[in-house]
Amino acid sequence: MFKIDALGKACPLPVIETKKALREHDVVETLVDNEIATQNLRKMAEQLGYIYQMDQDAPNHYKVVISKGNADLIDDEEPQVAEAIATVDDYIVVVDTNVMGRGSDELGKNLLKGFIYSLTEQDVLPEKVIFYNGGVQSVVEGSDSLEDIRGLAERGVEIYACGACLNFYELTAAVGEVTNMYRIVEMMRQAPKIVKP
Amino acid sequence: METVQQLIVCGGCNAKIGPGNLGELLADLPKATSEKLLVGFDSTDDAAVIKLREDLAIIQTLDFFPTMVTDPYLFGKIAAANALSDVYAMGGEVLSALNIVAFPEEKDLGILKEILRGGAEKVQEAGAILAGGHSIHDSSVKYGLSVTGTIDPTKIYQNNTCQLGDHLILTKPLGVSIITVGYSAEEISEEAFVKATTSMETLNKYAMAIIRNYEINSCTDVTGFGLAGHLHEMVNGQYSAEIDSARLPYFEEAYQGAKEFILTAGGQRNRNYMEDKIDFQLNDFGIEELLFDPQTSGGLLVSVPADEAAALVAELQAAGIPAQDFGTIIEKQDKELIVY
Repeated sequence: MFKIDALGKACPLPVIETKKALREHDVVETLVDNEIATQNLRKMAEQLGYIYQMDQDAPNHYKVVISKGNADLIDDEEPQVAEAIATVDDYIVVVDTNVMGRGSDELGKNLLKGFIYSLTEQDVLPEKVIFYNGGVQSVVEGSDSLEDIRGLAERGVEIYACGACLNFYELTAAVGEVTNMYRIVEMMRQAPKIVKP
Repeated sequence: METVQQLIVCGGCNAKIGPGNLGELLADLPKATSEKLLVGFDSTDDAAVIKLREDLAIIQTLDFFPTMVTDPYLFGKIAAANALSDVYAMGGEVLSALNIVAFPEEKDLGILKEILRGGAEKVQEAGAILAGGHSIHDSSVKYGLSVTGTIDPTKIYQNNTCQLGDHLILTKPLGVSIITVGYSAEEISEEAFVKATTSMETLNKYAMAIIRNYEINSCTDVTGFGLAGHLHEMVNGQYSAEIDSARLPYFEEAYQGAKEFILTAGGQRNRNYMEDKIDFQLNDFGIEELLFDPQTSGGLLVSVPADEAAALVAELQAAGIPAQDFGTIIEKQDKELIVY
């Protein structure tokens, strides 16, 4: 077990030192001198899906042990690390255009409509569909694909539209959630597979 | 790590005593009763307001805290902007200010001079008179101002008078404590730090000059209790507030930092006080932490009738103020805040 003496250190240092130690070690013991610091360590452990134990030895002396454990030892909620294990079928779709492919835009629009319709017919639906730039034109009133996208949403597919893009085109999303670049990057980064028209 | 011309980082509004503790303690104290006291500490408002004449009241407030940045000049500017803000949050004009200083006996007085220079510049920018001050020796550096302002007693913006259907506007991005403590722990970039401190030293004077022209219902400045804590005061047990996390103004680096566990003590104290009052409908730890993050010299939180919100935000943004309409006052629910 790796030990850290963080007595006398103010947050966020005890948490950051523990986080770094957990990269190298499976079990880390951290000594802190205040309850708030133990709560911050617990918060981190919960977010990482690790096991948290705390003993108060004296009024200003707390011993926190965080261990990676193994999944079946963790009896409360599903640990978040489980998200990283995806099945081969998991995918998200990113629509970054109002036309599919290069060549004729008229054809491209029809192809995109067909693409979105075909999504609704797949054996395995995407986890999420993210629309940005010209793609947001699909999620607004008057879009040929709006009904198909609403159908996906009703079947549990998360629909996201880029807020800055809607603003740029002066459009309002008629389905799904408006999101920002940070979340778009995060969703794409975490996706096991990205499918684009 | 401390060099001669640098300060140790230990606080800002992150050092504020938690709202729960303070409320219990104040509840037992004798309360002043005077018709002249228009806003006192029986409410939880930003400053006291005392009526002098039918058309004139004075605002009294003081604010000081430990250092949150190592540069003494920058610390002086931020502490002063933070102290002056309470007057703006009530809708008033600042009149005069007095320095409050605690400084270690053995420390180089050149550092103190830099702090006072930063403070004096902000008081000057505010158009107020810096009229003196009081300084003591203490083991750690603290600085702030006692500020007096003036206001028309019929035009006081209180922090707990929002109305059903109001939109909620915030004029500065959230996340400055995460950024300043993260920067001192070398977990946050210099670039993000400069963005956050620039925001902190910006006077709320400019935002209020615009807000004043609208029929707003309630206003406060977001400081140590974090956005969640200040919204708790604003809904005042009568309403709930819906928060659209996609429209919340915040520093991206703070959001990212929270997810990397740059966790502050002040943020956790605010979480302990507010967590059971909030329905988080999204699973986003970063957004949660931003709502609890104590703000030093934070923005103005304005509750404005829905039909005025768009025009107010547009005018603020046109003036270079990064204001966002991020939420709505709704009928009271089980939880005070609903975050989606």
